[in-house]
Amino acid sequence: MAVDRDTVIRVARLARIKVPEGDLDTLAGELSNIIGWVEQLEEVDTDGIDPMASVADMKLRWRADEVTDGGIRDKVTLNAPDPRDGMFSVPKVIE
Amino acid sequence: MTAPTDFTIAEARDALNAGTVSARELAEAHIAAMEAARELNAFITETPDRALEDADASDARRAKGEALGPLDGIPLAIKDLFCTEGVMTTAASHILEGFVPPYESSVSANLRAAGSVMLGKTNLDEFAMGSSNETSYFGNVENPWRRDGDNRPLVPGGSSGGAAAAVSGRLSLGAIGTDTGGSIRQPAAFCGIVGMKPTYGRCSRWGVVAFASSLDQAGPMTRSVRDAAILLGGMAGFDPKDSTSADMAVPDFEAALASTANGGVQGLRVGIPAEYAIDGMNPEIAALWDQGKAWLKDAGAELVDISLPHTKYALPAYYIIAPAEASSNLARYDGVRYGQRVEGDDLTELYENTRAAGFGIEVRRRILIGTYVLSAGYYDAYYIKAQKVRALIARDFTQAYEKCDVILTPTTPGPAFAAGEKSDDPIAMYLNDVLTVPASLAGLPAISVPAGLSGDGLPLGLHLIGKAFDEETMFRAAQALEDAAGFDARPAQR
Repeated sequence: MAVDRDTVIRVARLARIKVPEGDLDTLAGELSNIIGWVEQLEEVDTDGIDPMASVADMKLRWRADEVTDGGIRDKVTLNAPDPRDGMFSVPKVIE
Repeated sequence: MTAPTDFTIAEARDALNAGTVSARELAEAHIAAMEAARELNAFITETPDRALEDADASDARRAKGEALGPLDGIPLAIKDLFCTEGVMTTAASHILEGFVPPYESSVSANLRAAGSVMLGKTNLDEFAMGSSNETSYFGNVENPWRRDGDNRPLVPGGSSGGAAAAVSGRLSLGAIGTDTGGSIRQPAAFCGIVGMKPTYGRCSRWGVVAFASSLDQAGPMTRSVRDAAILLGGMAGFDPKDSTSADMAVPDFEAALASTANGGVQGLRVGIPAEYAIDGMNPEIAALWDQGKAWLKDAGAELVDISLPHTKYALPAYYIIAPAEASSNLARYDGVRYGQRVEGDDLTELYENTRAAGFGIEVRRRILIGTYVLSAGYYDAYYIKAQKVRALIARDFTQAYEKCDVILTPTTPGPAFAAGEKSDDPIAMYLNDVLTVPASLAGLPAISVPAGLSGDGLPLGLHLIGKAFDEETMFRAAQALEDAAGFDARPAQR
């Protein structure tokens, strides 16, 4: 299925990536080519096959529900681009 | 006497044990080599001070008779996808430029605990997305090899291109890479070294910058099969911090190598998959594959024709699954908690501006594909369909392993190419991984062994795929290939 300009805009919005106007047509062409190419999977008969999410043939492990970490606020915010008083900061969200 | 930079890991270990070289001498020789070969751009961050500190600590242990094991004092390069405490970790992306992890990945922590010496962090394709190391924010890596009579730079392959160039160019005795669809094996083949992807779950993914979590796996890159076995032993092991880490003992991989004592590959059943003989296969690659079959047969193995019927669908399935997982994993880079930030009028605009400025074009392309195939209305048609095809690919291998013990194929469709040669056509670039991706989707161990040279003098690799958690049989066959090939060619740059 061809990916058009509007689809690129919609998907870029979902992915939270600003795409410059001038890149939209190129991206639509590239994504159409890639999606067209992966569509050869339609030839494969997958009736009755369960989708495989992981090759790890195991049940998730359990552990005791206890605190194993903490008291490392400075480490947590060490790489924050704009930390304030030991907290992350973002533009005003609530008016 | 062998120069310290020409040692294998096994030779360096023996020299350290014999006292004919010190860890400091090894470190100094490699620091000098690393600095002299900066035009390769193999490293994003060099850590010479740390290397000397590690080396002195190793020498001090050895002087007290407390050496830790085969990796104590061995200089290694670490792909810049492994978080290293106190040392910048970028994933070759602008968005992580300046990020200094306050923790250490489990695999690199295991190697530290084994006494190894860190030389630096190697260059890669951005977020490990690429097959030529041309998508790094920190610039292209050059392959130390050149075509005969042609001095144009070639790509080292990718995504672990810096690691492969460092080991091939004698800047490091070994390196650790990561492989999602071929990112260890393809650059190893392009640079004439050994590259090995373990079974999914063998090495912890904790602290490795995630690309596609159901596929990512760390592995060794070395100049011999024995070295790969030694290095894997230092990396592997159960880690409760990775929910997919296999709770299994780590075998002595080095002891499993082919030897006269264990009969080598005598009687080993080597599967030859009909579907890997793709139309229009490069005749040099086809000839190398035939040579590999003959080598193993001469060494006493039995060749078995097998069929992996869904092989041709592996690459398109991979290019749905890997971008889908990447779009989810890379959602964390939002300019709030770490990494680069570009301000905006509101929170959404901050995200959009940060991610537009922080990601390169290949990463952006894959996030958009992944978002598309996961979006409402397309999820079943693309993502679930690809997961079903993945199940069939895994089933193909299970059925084939009823008839054979290990599978032999070429590693890549051709030798290293020139920079810029394939970067305009994403699908042409993706086809580099056509022979390595099926084993990735099935989570199987696989190794590339340098086996010969192309007509214009570039290294070519043969590829062995093993059964899950049977790296030992695969190593044994790899050792037999290495012995038969006697590959001793060296890159022009070294």
